[in-house]
Amino acid sequence: MILERGDFALLLDALQKTHQVIGPTIRDGAIVYDELSSATDLPIGWTDEQDGGTYRLKRRNDEALFGYVVGPQSWKRFLHVPRQRLWQATQNENGIQITPEPQATHRMAFIGIRSCELHAIAIQDNVFLHDQFTDTFYQARRENVFLVAVNCGQAGGTCFCVSMNTGPKATSGFDLALTEVLEDGQHYFVVEAGTANGQLLLNELSQRAASNEEQQKAEAISAQTATQMGRTMDTAGIKELLAQNLEHPRWDDVANRCLTCANCTMVCPTCFCTTVEDVTDLTGEHAERWRRWDSCFTMDFTYLHGGSVRASNKSRYRQWMTHKLSSWIDQFGSSGCVGCGRCITWCPVGIDITEEVRAIRGKE
Amino acid sequence: MVIAPEKQFINSPTDPMLPQPYRIERVRRETHDVFTLELRPANGTPVMQFAPGQFNMLYVFGTGESAISISGDPNDTNRLIHTVRAVGTVTNAMQKLKRGDCIGVRGPFGTPWPIVEAEGSDVVIVTGGIGLAPLRPVIYHVLANREKYGRFALLFGARSPRDLLFARELEQWRGHFDFNVEVTLDTASSDWRGNVGVVTTLIPRTQFDARHTVAMICGPEVMMRFTVQELMKRGLTTDQIFVTMERNMKCAVGFCGHCQYGPHFVCKDGPVFPFDRIAGLFGKREI
Repeated sequence: MILERGDFALLLDALQKTHQVIGPTIRDGAIVYDELSSATDLPIGWTDEQDGGTYRLKRRNDEALFGYVVGPQSWKRFLHVPRQRLWQATQNENGIQITPEPQATHRMAFIGIRSCELHAIAIQDNVFLHDQFTDTFYQARRENVFLVAVNCGQAGGTCFCVSMNTGPKATSGFDLALTEVLEDGQHYFVVEAGTANGQLLLNELSQRAASNEEQQKAEAISAQTATQMGRTMDTAGIKELLAQNLEHPRWDDVANRCLTCANCTMVCPTCFCTTVEDVTDLTGEHAERWRRWDSCFTMDFTYLHGGSVRASNKSRYRQWMTHKLSSWIDQFGSSGCVGCGRCITWCPVGIDITEEVRAIRGKE
Repeated sequence: MVIAPEKQFINSPTDPMLPQPYRIERVRRETHDVFTLELRPANGTPVMQFAPGQFNMLYVFGTGESAISISGDPNDTNRLIHTVRAVGTVTNAMQKLKRGDCIGVRGPFGTPWPIVEAEGSDVVIVTGGIGLAPLRPVIYHVLANREKYGRFALLFGARSPRDLLFARELEQWRGHFDFNVEVTLDTASSDWRGNVGVVTTLIPRTQFDARHTVAMICGPEVMMRFTVQELMKRGLTTDQIFVTMERNMKCAVGFCGHCQYGPHFVCKDGPVFPFDRIAGLFGKREI
């Protein structure tokens, strides 16, 4: 189907009737995901330039709605929220009463999810929904979300989804997928429905079918994007490569550069680690447990009586990278990396996971 | 006893993240820094069933949680028993609790000791210090089902006489003609007439048939490393040796990531591992 740029607002309007609509918008010099009140909140006519440790917004010479790649945030902040109260408790002479936390019930629609991010959501689904235990906090949000993907019209400087087989074209896991076409003064979206819900909404917008030519144009855009990847990673045998190189000298080298600031884990769309905080009020009779994002780069993360298991920078960087690219495969059957490049862009010293893999392979 | 991984839902009526209130029936002081809690559900529900080797997350109101192995008899349906060493914020606060106080319990979590697989074999338990606590349920089980097992040995090492955990029970166990209990101390004054030296020194003189033996080890990692070496010198293979690992734990259900040990989540893939599953990681620093 074809959705004209002039009718884009119809899509948002239709979703806003039943969903909280969340999508890209500009804040503090970066593209972030937040609630959209209308299409004018989108970063219209903006793009981004990314490289190791560098992120800049730049004006485009057109009025594209999605003419950029991914920013510092990912959708995990809405599904696996940064802070979640798990329960509350009171203590009195009768003992302890523990009250479970009610579930989120609101419906969200995500607009502008990139293919790598759809894969990241599927990876977190494996962690929270498809393993031995199910996290119903995640489940409640996840089941009520409507996913509108956008196929990237360009790749970023730190992108490597082609290497990770996660993009740039969204192939599954979405309700609707859009490809934005800007050509010869025309501006429209080629829209594909991935689910019955997506199809229903599409019918509501009563748009015309895409011509063969328009469909080919959309395909060509994705194919073109695939050739522009700013980074590449050779993933052949990577599980064994890292598992067999836990003592490689490169870990010392990267440890000398790594600040263990945890930025890479915060921006990573698949990193799921959390810690808990037990808090009480001043009376001491009311207590709560909160779960919040944590990072394997912190010293506390592996604290046992007597000290931390991973006390050195080297061991903490090694843990993160070997988990992401190797032991994740043992645990969940897929890589924990989707090639979005955020960890490279947002590393304050520009450590590049693709470069580290190359070094361990011995192809520097 | 293999616990089939049952699908469990967070925030459901049987939410594994939600502590259940238990009341302290009794506090027993074991050594200068170790104590045992006897617990019963505060709301009158049945005491949880567990398999030897499993652990619970114990919650001290307003202070926090700690992963503590279950040290009681798996056949005792009246009480839940935990033996705790006071070493951190939570366990020190737990030490101050008294009979009648409430504590939050969630669990049981983790993999059990191979007590079914070990039937028909000799069983050798090697423990150090508080490491005896997670193996006490195995001792109860084997003694209660003595005919199902071959020779049975407990090799226990403690730091000093004042660290002798379950001393009265150790003496009682030594009274069995078919249970070889050996105790050694790292250091002792001249009035100690027993063994002195690390626990591994007891292994060469312990009787077992290496071809038909299951060894279960719990202690500090360095102790477990040397114990594995000694047992292998005696002819055991890595699939006959089981160890229990300890890592920082927050959730106990594989979500928080803290307890990762290479590809393993110690909370749900462990804490008890056949040694061959972790041999490649064991002894590597800071994994």
